[in-house]
Amino acid sequence: MNIALVEYGAGNLPSVERALGRLGVESRRAATPHALAGCDALILPGVGHFGALMRSLGERSLVNPLREAVSRGMPLLGICLGLQAMFAASDEAPGDAGLALFPQKVSALPPADRLPHMGWNQLRRARPSKLLEGVPQDAYFYFAHSYAALDAGEAGVAFCDHCEPFVAILEQGNVFATQFHPEKSGPAGAQILSNFLRHAKDKG
Amino acid sequence: MSLAHRIIPCLDTDGERVVKGVNFVNLRDAGDPAALAARYNIEGADELVVLDIAASRDHRPTFLETIRRVAAELAIPLAAGGGVANVDEGRAILRAGADKLTVNTAAIRNPALLTALAAEFGSQAVVLAIDAKRVGDRWEAFVRGGSVPTGMDAVAWARQGVDCGAGEILITSMDKDGTRSGFDCPLTAAISRAVSVPVIASGGADTPDTFLEVFREGCADAALAASIFHDSIQGLGELKRYLSEQGVSVRQTG
Repeated sequence: MNIALVEYGAGNLPSVERALGRLGVESRRAATPHALAGCDALILPGVGHFGALMRSLGERSLVNPLREAVSRGMPLLGICLGLQAMFAASDEAPGDAGLALFPQKVSALPPADRLPHMGWNQLRRARPSKLLEGVPQDAYFYFAHSYAALDAGEAGVAFCDHCEPFVAILEQGNVFATQFHPEKSGPAGAQILSNFLRHAKDKG
Repeated sequence: MSLAHRIIPCLDTDGERVVKGVNFVNLRDAGDPAALAARYNIEGADELVVLDIAASRDHRPTFLETIRRVAAELAIPLAAGGGVANVDEGRAILRAGADKLTVNTAAIRNPALLTALAAEFGSQAVVLAIDAKRVGDRWEAFVRGGSVPTGMDAVAWARQGVDCGAGEILITSMDKDGTRSGFDCPLTAAISRAVSVPVIASGGADTPDTFLEVFREGCADAALAASIFHDSIQGLGELKRYLSEQGVSVRQTG
């Protein structure tokens, strides 16, 4: 199976590559529209700033190819900022457009608890989730963020409560994303990645 | 459902090997960082910190290789630091596989470093490490591995550091470090009350009760320790079971 990590200059690809490697999956990096097209599934990792990510994707002419790949049915997994990039906009970078796979926007979490939301937290399941198949109800996942999507309509399948409830996992057709870092979330995170790979394979 | 209190083993290295000693004195070898990292990853550590306490420029390539070797063993987050003085050095450490940077001496000399690091990598990747010692009725920040006083109030410095862009505070009590007499709860609580970001307590770890105290009385979000874990005086699983029984939210790993 041909898995590509979208490379846009930031993001910590090595930790995702190592996590896939532990599952016995080789991945490659895709930094051009051509490279995006020739794979079975895409992962959009993310660390940093919403505006910087979108500008970097724009400079590499990856925005429309990404959207087109998704509309053709290519399985896509967004991680952390990669989840946020799927929305139309973010409080973090007013004026910068996101990939707009979802029409809602990403909000700054209100300072009701300590921020950044940093560390291991549990999920509240709202709808059946493919990524959570076989994952224990009380599993913890590693989060490190100050912005979050509060609403993703029917695509929001699991939520987390910190400052206020936000989308922790979203799933819609071939699009999957997690606000937490599965690649840094121990065995539970490995199960999430494994579930994504299995569903991506089924679609391919 | 709530954010778990983190337990964080710390690997002090000379760049290449884990070392133990107090204030750079009587350093002795305590093992291979990658081997210890692999053990803690399996035993349920919530995060790992790797520091280059020698932090000499000549050794930097060696330390970056150590970070790579450690990161390869981990399915948990990694913070690394020691002598980071500019954005390029920070980038090299993150590229080697760390998720966060710890900065100490260079940030006190130049608080704008925190702003520059946060702008480049995000606040969630910037940990301000403060070494503090009780002086009269307050705590003073020290630099250079705790050898040089700064005259700065540690609590005020923590607050300023967060304003500059730090996303987390690692507070080490020099009075408690290496004593195994419990964390400095008043210091940790004072820092925790002063800032809105997560606070990691360090220095003085001993029995499971000392962790319970620093979470309850010190209001710490995370607690860091080194030798009690390296020497297998305290097992991570056993520690977390105890904390869970006492009603502290922790991530249990079976």
